[in-house]
Amino acid sequence: MINSLFLISHSGDIFLEKHWKSVISRSVCDYFLEAKEKAGDPENVAPVLQTPHHYLISIYRGKLFFLSVTQTEVPPLFVIEFLHRVADTFQDYFGDCSEVLIKENTVTVYELLEEMLDNGFPLATESNVLKEMIRPPTILRSVVNTLTGGSNVGGTLPTGQLSNVPWRRAGVKYTNNEAYFDVIEEIDAILDKSGTTVFAEIQGVIEACVKLTGMPDLTLSFMNPRLLDDVSFHPCVRFKRWESEHVLSFIPPDGNFRLMSYHVSSQNLVAIPVYVKQNISFLETGSCGRLDITIGPKQTMGKTVESLTVTIPMPKSVLSVNLTATQGTCTFDLTTKVVFWDVGKLNPQKLPNLRGSISIQTGAPKPEENPSINIDMKIQQLAISGLKVSRLDMYGEKYKPFKGVKYVTKAGKFQVRT
Amino acid sequence: MTDSKYFTTTKKGEIFELKAELNSDKKEKKKEAVKKVIASMTVGKDVSALFPDVVNCMQTDNLELKKLVYLYLMNYAKSQPDMAIMAVNTFVKDCEDPNPLIRALAVRTMGCIRVDKITEYLCEPLRKCLKDEDPYVRKTAAVCVAKLHDINAQLVEDQGFLDTLKDLISDSNPMVVANAVAALSEIAESHPNSNLLDLNPQTINKLLTALNECTEWGQIFILDCLANYTPRDDRESQSICERVTPRLSHANSAVVLSAVKVLMKFMEMLPKDLDYYGTLLKKLAPPLVTLLSAEPELQYVALRNINLIVQRRPEILKHEMKVFFVKYNDPIYVKLEKLDIMIRLASQANIAQVLAELKEYATEVDVDFVRKAVRAIGRCAIKVEQSAERCVSTLLDLIQTKVNYVVQEAIVVIKDIFRKYPNKYESVIATLCENLDSLDEPEARAAMIWIVGEYAERIDNADELLESFLEGFHDESTQVQLQLLTAIVKLFLKKPTETQELVQQVLSLATQDSDNPDLRDRGYIYWRLLSTDPVAAKEVVLAEKPLISEETDLIEPTLLEELICHIGTLASVYHKPPSAFVEGSRGVQHKRLPGSAGSGESVESPDTGSAAGVSDAPPAVIPSQGDLLGDLLNLDLTPPTTTGPPPPATSGMQLGAMDLLGGGLDSLPPIPLRTDTPQSPQIPHQSPSPPDYSPTEVGPVDHTGPVKLGGDLGGSSTMGAGFGAPPAAPAASFSAPVSGGLDDLFDLGGGVGMPMGAYSPPKTVWLPAMKGKGLEISGTFARRAGVIQMEMTLTNKAMSIMTDFAIQFNRNSFGLAPAGPLQVLTPLSPNQSIEVTLPLNTVGPVMKMDPLNNLQVAVKNNIDVFYFSCQYPISMLFVEDGKMERQVFLATWKDISNDNEAQFQIKDCHLSSDAASNKLQGSNIFTIAKRTVDGQDMLYQSTKLSNGIWVLAELRVQTGNPTFTVCLKCRAPEVSQCVFQSYDAVLKN
Repeated sequence: MINSLFLISHSGDIFLEKHWKSVISRSVCDYFLEAKEKAGDPENVAPVLQTPHHYLISIYRGKLFFLSVTQTEVPPLFVIEFLHRVADTFQDYFGDCSEVLIKENTVTVYELLEEMLDNGFPLATESNVLKEMIRPPTILRSVVNTLTGGSNVGGTLPTGQLSNVPWRRAGVKYTNNEAYFDVIEEIDAILDKSGTTVFAEIQGVIEACVKLTGMPDLTLSFMNPRLLDDVSFHPCVRFKRWESEHVLSFIPPDGNFRLMSYHVSSQNLVAIPVYVKQNISFLETGSCGRLDITIGPKQTMGKTVESLTVTIPMPKSVLSVNLTATQGTCTFDLTTKVVFWDVGKLNPQKLPNLRGSISIQTGAPKPEENPSINIDMKIQQLAISGLKVSRLDMYGEKYKPFKGVKYVTKAGKFQVRT
Repeated sequence: MTDSKYFTTTKKGEIFELKAELNSDKKEKKKEAVKKVIASMTVGKDVSALFPDVVNCMQTDNLELKKLVYLYLMNYAKSQPDMAIMAVNTFVKDCEDPNPLIRALAVRTMGCIRVDKITEYLCEPLRKCLKDEDPYVRKTAAVCVAKLHDINAQLVEDQGFLDTLKDLISDSNPMVVANAVAALSEIAESHPNSNLLDLNPQTINKLLTALNECTEWGQIFILDCLANYTPRDDRESQSICERVTPRLSHANSAVVLSAVKVLMKFMEMLPKDLDYYGTLLKKLAPPLVTLLSAEPELQYVALRNINLIVQRRPEILKHEMKVFFVKYNDPIYVKLEKLDIMIRLASQANIAQVLAELKEYATEVDVDFVRKAVRAIGRCAIKVEQSAERCVSTLLDLIQTKVNYVVQEAIVVIKDIFRKYPNKYESVIATLCENLDSLDEPEARAAMIWIVGEYAERIDNADELLESFLEGFHDESTQVQLQLLTAIVKLFLKKPTETQELVQQVLSLATQDSDNPDLRDRGYIYWRLLSTDPVAAKEVVLAEKPLISEETDLIEPTLLEELICHIGTLASVYHKPPSAFVEGSRGVQHKRLPGSAGSGESVESPDTGSAAGVSDAPPAVIPSQGDLLGDLLNLDLTPPTTTGPPPPATSGMQLGAMDLLGGGLDSLPPIPLRTDTPQSPQIPHQSPSPPDYSPTEVGPVDHTGPVKLGGDLGGSSTMGAGFGAPPAAPAASFSAPVSGGLDDLFDLGGGVGMPMGAYSPPKTVWLPAMKGKGLEISGTFARRAGVIQMEMTLTNKAMSIMTDFAIQFNRNSFGLAPAGPLQVLTPLSPNQSIEVTLPLNTVGPVMKMDPLNNLQVAVKNNIDVFYFSCQYPISMLFVEDGKMERQVFLATWKDISNDNEAQFQIKDCHLSSDAASNKLQGSNIFTIAKRTVDGQDMLYQSTKLSNGIWVLAELRVQTGNPTFTVCLKCRAPEVSQCVFQSYDAVLKN
């Protein structure tokens, strides 16, 4: 199981260590640092490394490496999932998962790690349960604590741990009872030069924010549940009901949680919201090239495309660009050689266009690779897969909750090849 | 107010400051001080000097302070063991606290203090906590057992914690069950042979129930544990699969992958024509695809596993090619893995898409990735014949880009394409030759040289091209030098007139100026070939080359099967069995996929197929006990020949005869007196009496020998007829006269102390040809020179050639497993038989069988997989060092309770006690002492099984009475019956 955890900044500084079994010297991280050096880009460090006596399994989150050390054969996914859970918890507690914040809250971090793992076995990883035992730091509380000598640690048994709904704490009370669901879909797509879809799929999640008194039993039903190819649920969802009736029936955790994630893949036709007309070329002779990009709406179901941005990583030999955009702002980062075009709202009447010239280092050969164009965007009030929630029913409690559903579609890894 | 302030105190004297604060009267100040200490500890500073001061803060009702002190203790107790004792009392007291949270916390922390002295005090509180009324405490205590075991394994066993832990598997609370399973799995890892997680249908049921209700992490532990179980039949396997399938929809990818492992393994047992089998296949695809949209680290592990799954069951993902398309911003380790899987999934149906993608990748930035993409195009050409032409033209396009590493990589793969499709694409050679100068990597240069040499007759200036390489011959790498040598020799053989000078030049360079032995040797070989017989040289050098196979990097099937059992583990990431990298490989057991015993693919056993679900009826192929041990059969000793086709019974006969006559054979050359030298009988089987043997009736040792012998000794005229035929009936006629009239001869043999071979039963038919689609297997077991062997005769009674034999055992009582692959080197033609000897070891997985010595075997050939069961004589497992010390024997005999004593009678045994003792010794049953009371000889004997079980015996022989009494004592009384059977068999042959 998991022996130790090291937190390493992206510059290679080990700033926190925690051991659940015997202490393992931090020199074990040298193997990792060496691999990191070799990989160049921190994102390219292989997640599973073998050293003479240990295995190093790591993730890269928020410019930090979470590196765990194990000595025996363990399922690496188990470790990776757990590390992500640690990072999620930090984010949940401190608002972000960064070196500064972790250092600021080091004692809480240490307490959390102690509660999350025992002898390498996960103990309490549900944020609801953890928060009952270790209260997240807030400015108000730390002020109160200083004044009263109070503590961050709850003295009660985490009741949820023992019931058959371990994810929900007991005795929840709200004056305003509300349940909100966000259906968030991301399109991953690869379009080729001519604009045809090479590959497209939709990753969807339903994030919930449920603040309901008591032990409510909710049922969420969809207009068109058969759309979904593969689903994975929060443990609270009753799988049997989904299999038989295709409804989500569950007793929700308190607060924010991810109810389900789903997948609509290439088997169904995936609508592509925008098209990109592009031409990036480098001249055979001379050290320059041309760029011309126009973006227009394609299948947006009548909604507006917002927060549209375009990122183009240029070949390393590119020296500078001279581009003019009809809309939004365009910048070029000299060190990373990335063209970034912040378009904003997409106006179907007046299509945004970016054009201009690219200059290449003198003497450098014509770049071998074609840059790819990465698109980011957002469409409010639309789930591009067509998924719709039809109703939410509540059983087990008498009051009438306030209910709401929001849809949003974003670009995930949306890439156009040139 | 943040904790970052604790990081700033780096100045000297900080320890003293902290010390003062820790001893302050103000609670708040104390707590702040402990926090500072913890913060320093977290960043790796040494604050162990404060140990006594921090421990003093432990006696507090402030829970946070208590927790902080516990944190500190866990870190430093090891370095201050004497001080740590001070904390014990508080722990013991906390374990009695009314608040279960505190009880759990105390027992949890105590387990983390890795100090021997403390562990003693831990036992009592732990025992209480394991039986605590609160499940939260129980589940914490379960993990604590694993911690304690890590510190002091003996203590845990002595205190009986393991049994308590086993009981917790039946706990009412699913979380307790999950933690107990996790703890037991961890402990079992350091105890490979302990049956800690003894899985039976009842426990499986409990685990499956807990699976639905426990936390995600608990589900992983339970699923991993389930994967070690071997279901009894396909019905049980299906019901487990049905209950595991919902886990595929879990949000935690580790749960999903563990569930995939269980399903992949148990699927093996399902009949392929079952509807459910198809449903299951369909259900497996979406979760695997979804894993690929997770974080890149998860994707990587998933991809490594998918790589295995695709090799084992390509049908699962064959329609999902697109999800493996590489995205621009995938990390490089994900890109490379995706590429691998794309090639594995490439087929005629999707090759156009794949090629378009690969071409796209070949223009990316990352050099490693581009190279692999180019290589992948070549592999597609080789794999999908219809696409070869398109692949070649794609490669040519890439060569036109003139990007150096792309060109080199392309040339290397084009060489392979030439090998696969000779005389088809040679038109591109001209284009390749244009790029000759830009090649700077040895592999590409060697490939190019090979192409020039191979097609020298079509390249006008081949000699010039090769000559240009020759200039810098000594600077080339060996690979290129060797290739150049061969290419020029080829060229010479094709165009001898123009290239004589060139070939002489290269031969002298290779033989005289080179220090490399490989190169020199190859040079000399060519030289001599060319100078002695140019025609032969042509035949050798320009011989037709075998076609290259489609997939070069497939994982070898047995390894693949093992890795499938390890899906989701590190082994699956490294694609190596755990024994290859887990440190000291302690506790590593080789896992095997279960065979679909009785049903499934083996359609030709309808009797068992229909009886599926009732596993008690053994398949009809099991030889019944009587066959093996029948009094009449045992004449045969051991067939020592592994070559040649003599019927086993007769070759055994020779030895029988030799033993008989042992006393009088001193004058003879050492012909097979010992059975453990299988190569010794070099006597031609059909030859008449060799002249160098004395012409008496003893002389001839071949087939005909015993016939004469028998005739002379007993005058039995049936003997001759008996030998060629199956040994059953006629053999009896041999044993009768021998035992009747030749007692003294036997004694003589025994007295001389001739080492007799271990008993081995005659071969019996294990797999009749009817059930083996024409393959008949008969066989037996033997122990030779300490090695257990399975000796089989494979007979092909079908019309077609059989090849690709492989063998596998199901888990069995003594962990028998093949020590190597089944060596059938030549294909088995129709009506041909072959003798195969398979060495076995006893380190395989263990499962108790009924009867104990039952062995389920699967044999595979190019036609199908066949299953049969057989029973091995337990005497095969008697090891050579089974002789107990007298004193030990005495003590052990007394020590084993009388309940474990079993008494048997061996009837019709006409041996003296000495002869019997000698015979038994041959089978590693050792006589330790002999006592004679009232004309009755009592032999005290010991033997040891390969798994370390000792069996003690008392053998009573009354002179003149053919009935022996044997009394067996053993700590594992279930083996007694089998051991008795061995006694009976050994004594009567």
